[in-house]
Amino acid sequence: MASDYISRLFGASPVRPIQEHFAQATACAMVLEPFFDAAIAGDWQRAVEARERIIELEHAADDAKRKLRLALPNSLLMPVNRSDLLELLSMQDAIANQAKDISGLVTGRRMRIPDSLGKPYQEFLRCCLRAVVQAERSVGELDELFETGFRGKEVDVVMAMTEELDRIENESDELQVDLRSRLFQIERQLPPVDVMFLYQIIDWTGELGDLAHRVGSRLHLLISK
Amino acid sequence: MELALVFIVLAAVFGLFMAWGIGANDVANAMAPSVGSRAITISQAVIIAAVFEFAGAVLAGGEVTSTIRRGIVDAALFANDPDLLIIGMLASLLSAGIWLLVASRFGWPVSTTHSIVGAVVGFAAMGMGVEAVKWSQVGQIAMSWVASPLLAGGLAFALFFSIQRLVLGRDDPLAAARRWCPWYVFLAGFFMTLVTLLKGIVHLGVNLGTSTSYALAALIGLVVALIGRVYIGRIPYDPAANRDFHFATVERVFTVPMVVTACAMAFAHGSNDVANAVGPVAAVVSIASSGEVHATAVVSPWILLLGGAGIVLGLATYGHRVIATVGQGITQLTPSRGYAAGTAAAGTIVLASGTGLPISTTHTLVGAVLGIGLARGIAAINLRVVSTIFVSWLVTVPAGALLAAALFFVGRALIR
Repeated sequence: MASDYISRLFGASPVRPIQEHFAQATACAMVLEPFFDAAIAGDWQRAVEARERIIELEHAADDAKRKLRLALPNSLLMPVNRSDLLELLSMQDAIANQAKDISGLVTGRRMRIPDSLGKPYQEFLRCCLRAVVQAERSVGELDELFETGFRGKEVDVVMAMTEELDRIENESDELQVDLRSRLFQIERQLPPVDVMFLYQIIDWTGELGDLAHRVGSRLHLLISK
Repeated sequence: MELALVFIVLAAVFGLFMAWGIGANDVANAMAPSVGSRAITISQAVIIAAVFEFAGAVLAGGEVTSTIRRGIVDAALFANDPDLLIIGMLASLLSAGIWLLVASRFGWPVSTTHSIVGAVVGFAAMGMGVEAVKWSQVGQIAMSWVASPLLAGGLAFALFFSIQRLVLGRDDPLAAARRWCPWYVFLAGFFMTLVTLLKGIVHLGVNLGTSTSYALAALIGLVVALIGRVYIGRIPYDPAANRDFHFATVERVFTVPMVVTACAMAFAHGSNDVANAVGPVAAVVSIASSGEVHATAVVSPWILLLGGAGIVLGLATYGHRVIATVGQGITQLTPSRGYAAGTAAAGTIVLASGTGLPISTTHTLVGAVLGIGLARGIAAINLRVVSTIFVSWLVTVPAGALLAAALFFVGRALIR
């Protein structure tokens, strides 16, 4: 009479929760675009509203992360390495944190981005966010990977997606180099402290692309356990 | 033998009660994945389970019943005192029933098979002396408890691997599923029929011979496969469901082999587990009606019918609730996995039933699920639950044995 032991045998699948977490983290990072539109235009009221939205989504992602961690005890037999999964989760989470930090710094200092840098910066940001979206799309294939048992065609599909992610990340690196050199050319005309923080913002934005890229690498590791 | 009628009635009542318990609880394992994936409704599941459990019990349940009845204790030792064997078998039934009731009250994962085998060994060894137990046979049974989950795990691994290779890993998994699923249906139908024909129905006096059995099994397998193909052809491609999860329709196609496998599981369960309830009944009835200990008499069909009826009764009164509960918790066993695990477990159980070895259907199914888990097929298996399930028989056997021995002493004091 061990009937319900068969159902207790199955732990909760981590797939949907990890995808939902990344959906939240990505949504959080995506708010950076309207945030910078407002900040560059000097509309601080709208920027602060966007910043609040970012904080809200970051908290939601945090909650999802905590819940998922609790649902992943040591005693689970999973087709993927538990530590790889937790690593993937913390990188996804770092993307939301990064978005919060960037928007926090810009709002806190009421930073003005010089007119000549506005357009290139927005292009750079969009490229980094494209990397995040591509990473989210790759993680979105996780349920298909679990379904196929990490074998066959689906693995190639995900590999192709992460290669595309590599390409986007390279592009964002180039844009970052270009942006830095533009800033370098005008840095003497600007207050030094502002310049320092502008470099900081460029770095942190580039970090978004890096994190997305590292999510892709973790996905590789998950597949080839 | 003035008590003969009393003994027979008591045995029938205890046996019916245990069969009722098996029907109410254990059957859910076979039907739950199909209900969980909404391939069939709960009432359909209850009807399918009733038909196939009953068929399994009557057509293929004879061998295991014989083992429980006379494979474990040395009947020769009771030749001068047939009453003692009757008391022992009644004590075994009652102790297994009580132990199962207590265990399910506390939520322990206890196997009916292990309780009844432990009980029979217990009353014989402690009541009559260690030499009353056929230890070589008991050793074989214990070995089969280790071997059956391993075999089911290996089979499930292989089946799931073939599904990965032939269907899931393909460029067009849906087309591959439509092509191969009828063959998976065939495999389940062919294998179950074959084992039943070769091993199961011999005790009914039917012996078809090897080549006829193979031909008949292939024919039945083909017929089932063709029916399956018709159902598979009717499953439409659902773009909305596939947008989010690309394998939605593929899994829908796998519901057809899964339902066939659920039938096979119910059949296998009937063939193996009904013996737990009616084996001791068969022993009591044959001794009480003839007044002596026969070592060779066949199991009367009406006793198997009684067991089958008990299981159906359990299903009808209580089974639908259990199926619904388990079905909700078992969603990770998607149709492709449910097919692989179910076929591997059912194959192992029917094979064991054919050789007369009473194995635990639950343990076998757990072994099959673990096999798929090792093939990276299941998102999360709770290993702590796995270990409690496997440790449970280390506790169940001595518990059943002690209880049966105690009841045996009480019963013996009563009739003396």
